[in-house]
Amino acid sequence: MSTDVSKSPEPEGGVGSGPAAEPPAAAAVTAVDPRLLVREQGFRGYANEFLRRMRSGELGSVPVVVGLIVIWAIFQSLDSSFLSAQNLSNLSIYIVGTGLISVGIVFVLLLGEIDLSVGSVSGLAGAVFAVMAVNNGAPEWLALLAALATGAAAGAVHGFFFARIGVPAFVVTLAGLLAWNGLMLQVLDRSGTINLDDEGLVAKLTSHYFDDVAAAYGLAAVAVLVFGLAQYLDARRRDAAGVPSRPMVEIAVRTGVLAVFAFAAAYMLNQYRGLPLALLIFLVVLVVFDFVLRRTTYGRKVFALGGNTEAARRAGINVVAIRISVFSLAGTMAAFGGLMIASRIAAANQGAGSGNLLMEAIAAAVIGGTSLFGGRGKVWSALLGMLVIGSIASGLALLGSPAHVQYMITGGVLLAAVVIDSVSRRTQKTAGRT
Amino acid sequence: MSATPVLALRGVSKRFGAVQALTDVDLEVNAGEVVALVGDNGAGKSTLVKAIAGVGPADEGELLWKGGAVQVQRPHDAQDLGIATVYQDLALCDNLDVVGNLFLGREIRRAGVLDEVEMERRSRELLNQLSIRIPSVRIPVASLSGGQRQTVAIARSMLGEPGLVILDEPTAALGVEQTAQVLDLVERLRERGLAVILISHNMADVKAVANRVAVLRLGRNNGVFDVATTSQEEIISAITGATENAVTRRTARIAEDQK
Repeated sequence: MSTDVSKSPEPEGGVGSGPAAEPPAAAAVTAVDPRLLVREQGFRGYANEFLRRMRSGELGSVPVVVGLIVIWAIFQSLDSSFLSAQNLSNLSIYIVGTGLISVGIVFVLLLGEIDLSVGSVSGLAGAVFAVMAVNNGAPEWLALLAALATGAAAGAVHGFFFARIGVPAFVVTLAGLLAWNGLMLQVLDRSGTINLDDEGLVAKLTSHYFDDVAAAYGLAAVAVLVFGLAQYLDARRRDAAGVPSRPMVEIAVRTGVLAVFAFAAAYMLNQYRGLPLALLIFLVVLVVFDFVLRRTTYGRKVFALGGNTEAARRAGINVVAIRISVFSLAGTMAAFGGLMIASRIAAANQGAGSGNLLMEAIAAAVIGGTSLFGGRGKVWSALLGMLVIGSIASGLALLGSPAHVQYMITGGVLLAAVVIDSVSRRTQKTAGRT
Repeated sequence: MSATPVLALRGVSKRFGAVQALTDVDLEVNAGEVVALVGDNGAGKSTLVKAIAGVGPADEGELLWKGGAVQVQRPHDAQDLGIATVYQDLALCDNLDVVGNLFLGREIRRAGVLDEVEMERRSRELLNQLSIRIPSVRIPVASLSGGQRQTVAIARSMLGEPGLVILDEPTAALGVEQTAQVLDLVERLRERGLAVILISHNMADVKAVANRVAVLRLGRNNGVFDVATTSQEEIISAITGATENAVTRRTARIAEDQK
């Protein structure tokens, strides 16, 4: 975000109307308040701005990226197969299921609320799909839609009780956690575990790879091109409209950084079996929801609700409708994630959606930098957070550590993320930002 | 007054349970005029403003908007007429930037997508017109000072191109320099031909920018004064009721008996 204000012309006359308030020294008044820190041009300005933001608590994605590098370095030093193509490729598939659930959680957290039911809803969706497609022989696409609709409906029920009746979301979704888990057991009935068709649509979601090397590289190239072009056109349009724009150097640096990451990831994936379909789906979901959140009125309303509900209401935003839709979205994404998880283990079973799935989904959003206090966050934190959690799980599994160690470490990481969130929030308060 | 007032209230009354909050209140505001609404705590200033803004409609009395009688039952009615109200709590979203707040609820879209460039351009244009100086339109409102937040809230009310702006204690929590900024802005609103109702406790502020002062006391009109020809003491005595004496008491009682 640029703080360049040097272009605003000084309007005449207005300032003089309050002569008593103007100190005599301010004869040459400019449009820029002299107390403001105006960003310098060029790379040095960029670096200074970055340092200033760090100090004032606008940490953004920095802690999680640093944390990820540290985690990877530690596990790589303990076991050299950690950063192997196969392990990273498997990791990229492992994170998709919980990551999709986490995308829905990000939306709920942006409202300043919480959804504790997503684990149960994901299990229910898997069960609905399995019973319809496997036990009753319904077409897979129909069963898939039914599973997603189940999630959407469950979320809408939470949203209704929260937004319309006024029950705290915490309690509503806690009730949902139990109730939907019960419904899942009811749906599965005596079958217990239902194995999915290995060649079926849902099983393919996580087992299919685009093994042509062109797929991964092509995706990376398209991503870099679209990103760079979008930034460039935006800057052009801003210049034409006379509003501050990103300098071309910055656009080039950002696009360059993205290119390095994208092509490195593509290279690693191609070393194993190519681009996994699951990862492609996850990335598409992330891009789409990031767009919804930052570039549409709907996303703006979600942020506004998280910032100041009363202000949003007075601005004419339908608070109830937005809240219900967000919870419904969280339910849908939970169902989608549940299908991915069912696909990965090729079965729907009674244990689905329980355990630490819920905690991981919430932890991923928070670790990735979405605030628990509402109004701050981004969809990409689902990916970043899941990379951290998935890396810990995968690394510990490689080292042969038992599950309880993984729980303790993930719990510690979550606590660290919440501490960073709280502290940075306090620092931002003292630095005049929330 | 030659021209029709932008807003005229006639005999507005409002009752909350056993409390008669407003009794037969009249008020007129003309275009290009700042009317200060003053009164002690509980005098009915906020109740009157809520009646105008449609938040708490009056029980009796009529509202004339540019000469025609209108019904204001909901905040939406008032906004449609062109009445913009800036409440004391400002109703800004701290986490959104200045542009986001200015256009909250009326975002400009291009092909269904938020048109950030156009919104930013118009924000800068609007802030420049009002000579509002803030560091950048792209920083979160939380990082602005109290006075800057107040000016942003006022600027936001201007986006709907209102005919009347109601400011509820805009300088209550501000320092000297920030108060000056807000008062400058009030003058600029007047220069643009808007009618302004300014609620304030601060007599210095009132004297500085208002054309007329309407005093409320215990839910009734207690005089409308021309700022240029009235001393501060006269206004304050109207607020506190120090003008009350045997004569005024008797007239009040007789008026009451006749009801």
